Amino acid sequence: MKEGILFFIKDLKELTRFTNDLFRQMAKAPFEAREFFKQSYILGYNTLPLIAITAFILGLVITLQSRPVLVDFGAESLLPGMVSVSIVREIGPVVTALICAGKMGSGIGAELGSMKVTEQIDAMEVSGTNPMKYLVGSRVLATTFMLPILIFFADGIAFFGSFIAVNLHGSISPSLFLTDAFAPLHFFDVVPATIKTFFFGFAIGIISCYKGYKSEAGTESVGKAANSAVVMSSVAIFIIDLIAVQLQQTFGLIKF
Amino acid sequence: MAEKKVNTEELISIRHLRKSFGENKVLDDLNLTIHEGENVAIIGQSGIGKSVLIKCLVRLLEPNTGEIKIFNENVTQLSFEDLDKLRRRIGFLFQGGALYDSMTVRENLEFPLRRNIQGKTKEDIDELIYEALENVGLKGAINKLPNELSGGMKKRVALARTLILKPEIILYDEPTTGLDPITSKEISELIVKIQNQYNTTSIIITHDVTCVKIAANVIHVLRDGYISDSGTYEELVNKNDQWIQQFFT
Repeated sequence: MKEGILFFIKDLKELTRFTNDLFRQMAKAPFEAREFFKQSYILGYNTLPLIAITAFILGLVITLQSRPVLVDFGAESLLPGMVSVSIVREIGPVVTALICAGKMGSGIGAELGSMKVTEQIDAMEVSGTNPMKYLVGSRVLATTFMLPILIFFADGIAFFGSFIAVNLHGSISPSLFLTDAFAPLHFFDVVPATIKTFFFGFAIGIISCYKGYKSEAGTESVGKAANSAVVMSSVAIFIIDLIAVQLQQTFGLIKF
Repeated sequence: MAEKKVNTEELISIRHLRKSFGENKVLDDLNLTIHEGENVAIIGQSGIGKSVLIKCLVRLLEPNTGEIKIFNENVTQLSFEDLDKLRRRIGFLFQGGALYDSMTVRENLEFPLRRNIQGKTKEDIDELIYEALENVGLKGAINKLPNELSGGMKKRVALARTLILKPEIILYDEPTTGLDPITSKEISELIVKIQNQYNTTSIIITHDVTCVKIAANVIHVLRDGYISDSGTYEELVNKNDQWIQQFFT
């Protein structure tokens, strides 16, 4: 137990050093814009189908599960609004970020891990390319900027799933559904939820890159890097979410 | 054996180099001088620190103490920018080739060119790629992915990638390990051909006696963290030291 805690603290210290190093190096040119766009396409665009399927099911299931309770209170008309607030504030960002942590995190961890083990990162370094900027910087920026976009997309698809679910037991037009869904949403529901998604993306990128980049020799470490990238990113997402909620509460942005 | 075309100018000078991993002392007060045009082989037991030594030369590993001078520049004190400039003059052939496995052979060779040489047209780049591949006898593999290549082909492509920036020094980390005797001999002969054609200075880390015999002008023996013996192939073969003899039998 004690050893585990010490290892975690050491890992956290190393991660902080790794992040500092990245920021310091990214402040200088070249900025690797081409690799950033390439990674944005690979990490963002290729995750869309998975996000679409899960967001659709999420919207559908939340609506179907919530409906009986609201029907009991005769408040069925509040269903679109209730679902939209839960999706935009919490479930959309967190579930999408967790899916991205699984898909992007394992991909980045395994890719950089195998590059490290087969000395490809060393080869890049000795040929005059800074792998911290080229490999790590581009991926961290890509996850940071792609996650908010993916979450917006996921929220939209989840709304669609919810609309289908509402129509399974009744009849509502798309325009009325959207009016009911957006009515309870306030500026302070959307903005903090959007801001935290940048942090989710950053956490996934930096943790996955760190785990891959610090892989030790041997193929076993590639699997470990991919695995721990997903686990640590997922935990980080919940911690960031907790901090975000606390901050929102402190600044009076959440009504209780 | 490679013909000597050696100048007296010191190109690499290592003084009192020490490198440890925790309690494990790998390099301990190592001194070595390499002259321009030399093909130097470093032999020694597995895990003795041969690869660590060449990785210290390009600061893939940071030495604990000591001085490394290459082209009269103190490598251990260079800023990252200056280190990058120096690294462009040094080629490194990794043990497994270290080809970027998501890129084709062409892209592998294009990568260092595009990253280091600005203002080249596509035709210039193509010409350099074809020239490098022709020199290693692999022009036909240009559009293949690394996983479609054999071990020997990977080494050749990696060598072509190393050569494409026309380095003045090449560091070979176990260039013939894992290859059959015929391919090993071909790679060793290629090392000599490259030395003559590009006028390079080389350090070859190897266990392969055939490679040492074909490619090296000078052989250094790494033992207990320092260079214990040096000489030509014939000098070391005839040396009355049972430990050294084990490498040549």
